[in-house]
Amino acid sequence: MSNLIISPSPHIHSKDSTKSLMRDVVIALIPAVICSVVFYGWQELLVLGVSVASCVLLEWAITKFLMKAPCTVGDFSAVITGILLALNLPYTTPWWVVFIGAVVAIGVAKMTFGGIGQNIWNPALVGRVFLLVSFPTYMTTWGAPAGVVDAVSGPTPLGAIQEGLLKGGASVQDLTAAYDYKSLLFANLGGSAGEVCALALLAGFVYLCCRKVIKPWITLSIFATVALTALVFNLANPARFTGPLFNLLTGGLVLGACFMATDYVTSPMSLWGGVIFGVGIGFLTMMIRYFGAYPEGVSFAILIMNSVVPLLNRWFHQKKFGRK
Amino acid sequence: MGGVHPHDSKISRECAIEPLPLAPVVYISVAQHIGAPSVPVVAVGDKVKVGQVIAEPGGFVSAFIHSSVSGTVKSIGPRADLAGRPSIHIEIEVEGDEWLEGIDTSDKLITELPEDNKATIEKIRLGGVVGLGGATFPTHVKLSPPPGSKCERVIINGCECEPYLTSDFRTLLEKGEQVVVGAAILKKVMGDVPCTIAIEENKPEAIAHIQEVIAKLGYQGIEVMPMKMRYPQGGEKQLIDAVMHRQVGSGALPISVGAVVQNVATALAVYDAVQKGRPIVDNSVTVTGECFPKQANLLVRVGTPLKYIVDYLGGVPADAAKIISGGPMMGRAVANLDAATVKGTGALLFLTEQQTRRAPEGNCIRCGKCADACPMGLEPFLLNKLSRNGDVEALEANAAQDCIECGCCLYSCPAHIPLLDIIRQGKGAVLGAIRARAAAAKAAAEAAKAAAEADKK
Repeated sequence: MSNLIISPSPHIHSKDSTKSLMRDVVIALIPAVICSVVFYGWQELLVLGVSVASCVLLEWAITKFLMKAPCTVGDFSAVITGILLALNLPYTTPWWVVFIGAVVAIGVAKMTFGGIGQNIWNPALVGRVFLLVSFPTYMTTWGAPAGVVDAVSGPTPLGAIQEGLLKGGASVQDLTAAYDYKSLLFANLGGSAGEVCALALLAGFVYLCCRKVIKPWITLSIFATVALTALVFNLANPARFTGPLFNLLTGGLVLGACFMATDYVTSPMSLWGGVIFGVGIGFLTMMIRYFGAYPEGVSFAILIMNSVVPLLNRWFHQKKFGRK
Repeated sequence: MGGVHPHDSKISRECAIEPLPLAPVVYISVAQHIGAPSVPVVAVGDKVKVGQVIAEPGGFVSAFIHSSVSGTVKSIGPRADLAGRPSIHIEIEVEGDEWLEGIDTSDKLITELPEDNKATIEKIRLGGVVGLGGATFPTHVKLSPPPGSKCERVIINGCECEPYLTSDFRTLLEKGEQVVVGAAILKKVMGDVPCTIAIEENKPEAIAHIQEVIAKLGYQGIEVMPMKMRYPQGGEKQLIDAVMHRQVGSGALPISVGAVVQNVATALAVYDAVQKGRPIVDNSVTVTGECFPKQANLLVRVGTPLKYIVDYLGGVPADAAKIISGGPMMGRAVANLDAATVKGTGALLFLTEQQTRRAPEGNCIRCGKCADACPMGLEPFLLNKLSRNGDVEALEANAAQDCIECGCCLYSCPAHIPLLDIIRQGKGAVLGAIRARAAAAKAAAEAAKAAAEADKK
């Protein structure tokens, strides 16, 4: 009686917590993780293990020894960063390169800004791009999945096409003829682990939408913009520019659109902000792919649009009740 | 737009309304409505009967207060109310249950509507009727729209969208006829406009029953509208939007879009006041909670001490950590069981520590769930930040004053940020600034007027 709690309303709370939402994202990533391990074997498992363990340990160490703040590794967000970083790397990446990626992702891109919720850029992508720029050799040697073709390390589809175009002579049609879409959907091509099975990633995306963890608008507007841009360019000059379906299924677009661009912290809060964000990512991706130095542009496109998020949050608000 | 879907937890829905035996003593507050407190018109030592006026309105927006028991006035003075604030209470020692002459206490249903609307509104005023949905705004004021505004629809609010509450549901089932006649009276008073009785879909028995009653009584222009389950569906602005597809503007009254909303319990009180000459002396109170040994819907005389109600049902359970007057989303935590019920008391809810515990606050992860949940289309994450920064101007620009304090943001925040607690502070600052501006403008206008008059001289 004497210790009754007196606090303002509301007196009950939903069961959602940061931890439960992040755990759902981990669950959504499981199909893609299983796929990549099945296709690439123990080496992929090593990359995943090193990446997740480094991310979690680094966040624990930084909160405990540097920030002297409550430890946040229990909320699963470091696990997600670890998985996403690993899925963005070739399975042949040496363990110490993976570790450096984790240091940049967690240490620089996340904890420097104050930890979960405070970072401007997607930590896993910052880690990935850092490695891409610093260790181009490791990062662009893609292994073909075990048992496929002649099992020789080869470039990704997008890399192969850009290389082919640079050499001259061959047209895009000749180069893309080597890939059929079924194999792109079902993980039969070389690429970073997360690029190999679009269906597994899409299953995770549908799960997240059904659980109302994320809303589909950002992802759908990326897909739509990529498809539309590719369609226009492809129709204008089929010999120079690859087509919509090819672009949708290659170069980590599905991974980026479903799991990286939809990161709460680094995406806009409002519906229209999200749509503009998605359109920006889609368009920039295609511009980098068609005209840039890198064969693949999703990571750069997302990081560039991450920088615009504060502005989008400032410009786009939801409609207020009873106001114009 | 917005809203949340908490588990409805209506565990007392099967409990019929039963009258609570009279308490030995009642404490009737003179400030149990919005507006000016009423003025006591009895003196210590006076003998009063049930339904006798013991306090008169202290202004236009105020209400009559009647004795809920028969007995002797023991004291008139300050006493802590449900919120713990002192207000004047009239203490009456109960001696029997003798009603004032002229009050029809029989169960006979009177369906003929009175002709004279003015006289009807006066009866409602004399019956001390206030909005029983929670705001306790004097009903006769709501029924007298300002000149130039016109009522186009009367909405009877039977949503009862807060979890746990079942008193309106039981009233619809057990007093459906009276509620429908009350609705017909309100409809007629407002100029024979259409009337909608809005009931949430989780009460199918009530929907079916009221439809039957309307058909049986043969009133034209009253319809039942099943509403989607969603909190706060029964918020006045939200309900008008759902029924009429019109949004009441910021700071405006429902009548500005042609709506008058009255709660189910208010419709019943209107019936009692107009048809039976019976003022508000009691109301239905849901007493509930998983930890509470006995669920109940009680008919409680106004001014009954909470302790008496709780003891009647077996006392406060050992694991109860919070007692709430009202629902779990908008109700008020009560510390003092010596406080007495008022007309607007709709529920007593007992929650355990585990049910009501607030987890430690984490960082905002910018998920936007609070903005999705806000039924007013506000952005609680932003208002939270602005409130903490004390940026009153930006708070006003982002409509902090429109917050209806429904609690959806705090309820849904996965990082357990006390959004509404913080936003309340910001909202208070904005309302203060708006009032200060209005006062300054008024003072400036008066000074200009005085100067002009001085010039004339």
